[in-house]
Parts: sequence; C-alpha cells; structure tokens
Amino acid sequence: MSLKLDLSHDGPPLDFCAEIPEGRVTALVGPSGSGKTSILRALAGLLRLKRARITLGGEVWDDSHTHLRTRERPIGFVPQHYGLFPHMTALGNVEAALTHLAATERHARARHCIALAHVEGLETRHPRELSGGQRQRVALARAIAREPRVLLLDEPFSAVDRSTRKRLYLELRRLHEHLQATVVLVTHDLDEAAQLASHLCLIRHGRLLQAGPTAEVLTRPCCEQAARLLDISNVFEAQAEGAPSGRTLLLRWGPHPLRALGHLPDRPGPALRWAVLPTNVQFARKDKLWGSHLENPVPAVVEEVIELGAEAVVWLQVQDVADGRLQMRLPTRAVRRYTVVPGAEVTVCLRAADIVLLGQGDAETTL
Amino acid sequence: MDWTAIALSAELALVTLLVLLPLAIATARWLAATPFKGKPWIEGLLALPLVLPPTVLGYYLLVAMGGHSPLGRWFEALAGHTLAFSFTGLVVASVLFNIPFAVQPIQRAFEGISPEIREAAQCCGLTFWQALRKVELPLAWPGILSASVMTFAHTLGEFGVVLMVGGNIPGETKTVAISIYDKTQSFDHASAGSMALLLMVISLVTIAVSYGLVDRLMKKRRLA
Repeated sequence: MSLKLDLSHDGPPLDFCAEIPEGRVTALVGPSGSGKTSILRALAGLLRLKRARITLGGEVWDDSHTHLRTRERPIGFVPQHYGLFPHMTALGNVEAALTHLAATERHARARHCIALAHVEGLETRHPRELSGGQRQRVALARAIAREPRVLLLDEPFSAVDRSTRKRLYLELRRLHEHLQATVVLVTHDLDEAAQLASHLCLIRHGRLLQAGPTAEVLTRPCCEQAARLLDISNVFEAQAEGAPSGRTLLLRWGPHPLRALGHLPDRPGPALRWAVLPTNVQFARKDKLWGSHLENPVPAVVEEVIELGAEAVVWLQVQDVADGRLQMRLPTRAVRRYTVVPGAEVTVCLRAADIVLLGQGDAETTL
Repeated sequence: MDWTAIALSAELALVTLLVLLPLAIATARWLAATPFKGKPWIEGLLALPLVLPPTVLGYYLLVAMGGHSPLGRWFEALAGHTLAFSFTGLVVASVLFNIPFAVQPIQRAFEGISPEIREAAQCCGLTFWQALRKVELPLAWPGILSASVMTFAHTLGEFGVVLMVGGNIPGETKTVAISIYDKTQSFDHASAGSMALLLMVISLVTIAVSYGLVDRLMKKRRLA
C-alpha cells in the first residue's frame, strides 16, 4: 500500500507524478521554488490544484470528484515554523489535536505524545518560552497525536542550530521506528535527506526528475539536471565508440578511452553525457600496479586545492580535453600524504562502475 | 446633569456594541482570510463613515428610514411608529457609523494570525468553528477588545448622525452629546461643563485601560 500522487497546477507550476512507499521516510529534495512545499500542502489538502489525484492504498484523498478536507485526512503536519498556537501551553497545543477524544483520554494521550517527543517537563510552557528545538519537538508531538498514517514535515530542521538538528535527526529516526508511519520530508539539504530518508524524490520546476532509494539517487543521477541538483559538477561529453560486451560500453573522452557500464543510447548520434562523483575520482598510486585503481587511467594536472576542514576539494585539468575540468573530493590527510599541489602532474582513475551515463531528463522512478 | 441623557447614551452604546460586535467579527474574519477581486471597494465602503461628514451619513439614513422609503414604510407597518426619531433608528444609525471602528481593529488582528497557524488548526482536525473558538478568537482578542472600546466610546460621544436621525426627544433619542449642545444653547454652562467632563473622563479611562490591556496581552503573546 503506497501513497500515489499525480498533481498538475499552473501557479505554482506543478506536473508531478510519484509513488511514495508506505512506512518509509521519503525526502522531497529540490531547490527553492521547485514546488516541494506545494506538493506537501496538496497532500495535506491545504492547496487546491487544477488537477490532483492522491490515493493512499485504496483510499482516494483527491481526484476529479473527491477532495477530502484537511481535517479528514489521516495526516500529521509539521510546517516550517511549526505553527504552534502561541496562546496555548505545550500540552494545550498537543491536546488541541485530540478533539476527537473525550477530555480525560485527551490529557493522557497528549502526555504520552509529549513523552515520545522527549519534551516532558515542558508541558506548562508557552511556545515563546521554548527553544527552537523544543518547539520543533512539541510540533512533532502534536503532529503524531492523532496517530497519522502519513507524517508531513516541511523543512522541520531549518530553524534550529546544527547540534540541535543532529539530535533531532536521531529522535526522528527513533520516533519513526516506533510509529512506522509514512513520512514525507521536504528539504533542500542533501545531507539531511541522506541521513534521514530511505527514499528520495528529486524535484525541479515542479517536475519529478528522479526517484528511488536514497543511496542510488545520490550516487547515480539519471540526467544532467539531477546531477546538477546533487551538486555533481563532473558532467562531461564523450563519444560512444561501441559496446564490446553485453553491459560494457566503450567511450572516448577527448583522446582518452573510457570503459563504462551501460548500453548504447537509443537516440541517434554517438555523443553522450556522463558524470562521475567527485568522491569517486581516485589517484593512481605509482607504487601499486594492479587492481581497480588503474581502471580508466586519465592524465591530469592539479589546478587548485582548497581544504575545507577534514575534506579537500581538488580541481584537475584533464590533459587534451578542452572542457575536462574534473573535481575530486578526498580527505585532507590524503592531500598531504600524496603532496597534491597546484601544477603537479597526476594520473586519476575512473572506475567503470562509477561512470554514470546521463539520460535526457525524463523522470526516472525506481521506488 | 442630565442623567436621563447619560443613561440613554450608555444604553445606546451597549446595544450598539452587542449588535455590531458579532457582525464586525464575521465581516473582519471574512475580509482578513478571503482574497477576492473587489475587496478594496468593500473595505472602502465600510470605511466611509470615517471620512464622510456625519451630516451626509445622517441625511442618507434619515431618507432611508423616513416614511417615504420602503424600509421606513415596512418598519412603520411592523412597529407602529417610524424608524427615524426612535431609539431603534438610533441603534441602526449607530451600528452603521461605527462599522469602521469595530471592523478595522478586528480585521487587523485576524490578519496578524499567520496562515501557518490557521493551517495547523486544520491539520489538528479542528472544524472551522472549533478553530475559530479555540485558536483565532483568542489570538484576535486584543483587536476585539480595542474594537469594543472604540465603538463604545465613539457611540457615547457621537453627535451629528444622532441629531440628524434621532432629533432631540428626551428619554428616546436625546443622548448626552445632544444634551450638552442643548444646555450650551440655553446658557446652562454648569450642566454642560459637568457632562462634558464626565464624557471626557469616561472616554479617557476606557481607552487608556483598553490600551494597557492590549499592550499586556500583546507582550504575553509575542513569541520570544
């Protein structure tokens, strides 16, 4: 049983179709204005769209004949600024979501949710007396109070500091283990999505670019737009020269031959776009003459090295390739060990399995 | 001191408030939460009593309530007397000329409630009336309090419209403002002075107390 969405709208522009797996955390990731929040609001029934079909299992929330009101949907919603009622205490806020229960049950259930969200002892405080993290927890307690089947979180960690955010990640994971609800998390932070979500939908201009298990989407973008969204700057053009075996493809990148895994493109023309993650670019060690580190060796010159704490970003110019500016990311200690300095001539290896062939940008779903 | 006029003014202010407040809350909530094309025209129409001379408003009301108008004839057939120059007519006029004083503060208060809070109420499963009672009205309370005080104080002191629509019938339409005018015309400066002072003190105390209360409420509500 999954949550199926097929949404279309003019302002904000949306043309989104996806299937969100039940009982998992799915992140909607995209830049500002890409329509993530609109999708979440449409799910909550807060935004009426030109065309919408939303179903949870066999239950229709939205279609051309039906529009389930927000209060009738089995959802919990944590908006970006939590939307806590400022005139109510923390306990009052949670109890406000329990009007369907008798007054006596309401109190006990609210206390239980407060305990689940780890805000015991703050029941009598008003939102103004709570820190950002505490407010977020109270909002979460309120959102889970009605035992929702779908929990919607709209950038819930954007207004708290880094250390609080890290703690809240852990608590959200624990809470999800306990509730087993379907969680839809809107974020523009890829690290957040990687840490919290098992599934990921990449969105741009209101359209689904790619969807699938988080690890797969983050490492294997389906198209150039997805690669750009994932902050993968290593996108290049190569010529397809043939397919020597069933799954191996021979490419030519400038004068350099590259072996990649995949099939010859269906469309005409031998040129195709490919990408490699900066973390998958490896130095070829001169003292180690065998193994996968020598796969697809490419000569390059180090142009720039920037150390960002424990990680260093190195830009290399691949020899004899005009647009061959390759970025690699590696631990700072490795930069020091290999004495990577601007002007040094090096050889880097691109493993065939790490070369990602990019499509034209049609949505690809493997959820 | 004309105690009959003072009592009549207080009664008029109270009845006006009781009639106007629910209407003002409904109108203000509608204007604050509903975007629509002709909204500035509706808001302009409701704000007209602020800019129109009281005599203009009074003139139109007198014509509308008179025996030659459908409203006036209908009321006369129903009640046995004309709507103009009666306490009921005075209440109708008072409600109309107080609309901006009641609607505007409440509308601003409703507008101050973030859409996120309204949506959170829906997501909490609250019906429209539950959300209004439990969330919106408590949050708009400072605005409602301001509106009530402004309406009450303004009705106590209104002169032009009351004179046009109600005339000067003791115990029926002669309010304290008209009584002060009357006493001044008949050179009874002692009575006029004491009533003017009483009106000023009541108005000042009511407004100052309400400002203080609103300020305290706002401070309590403000998020850290």
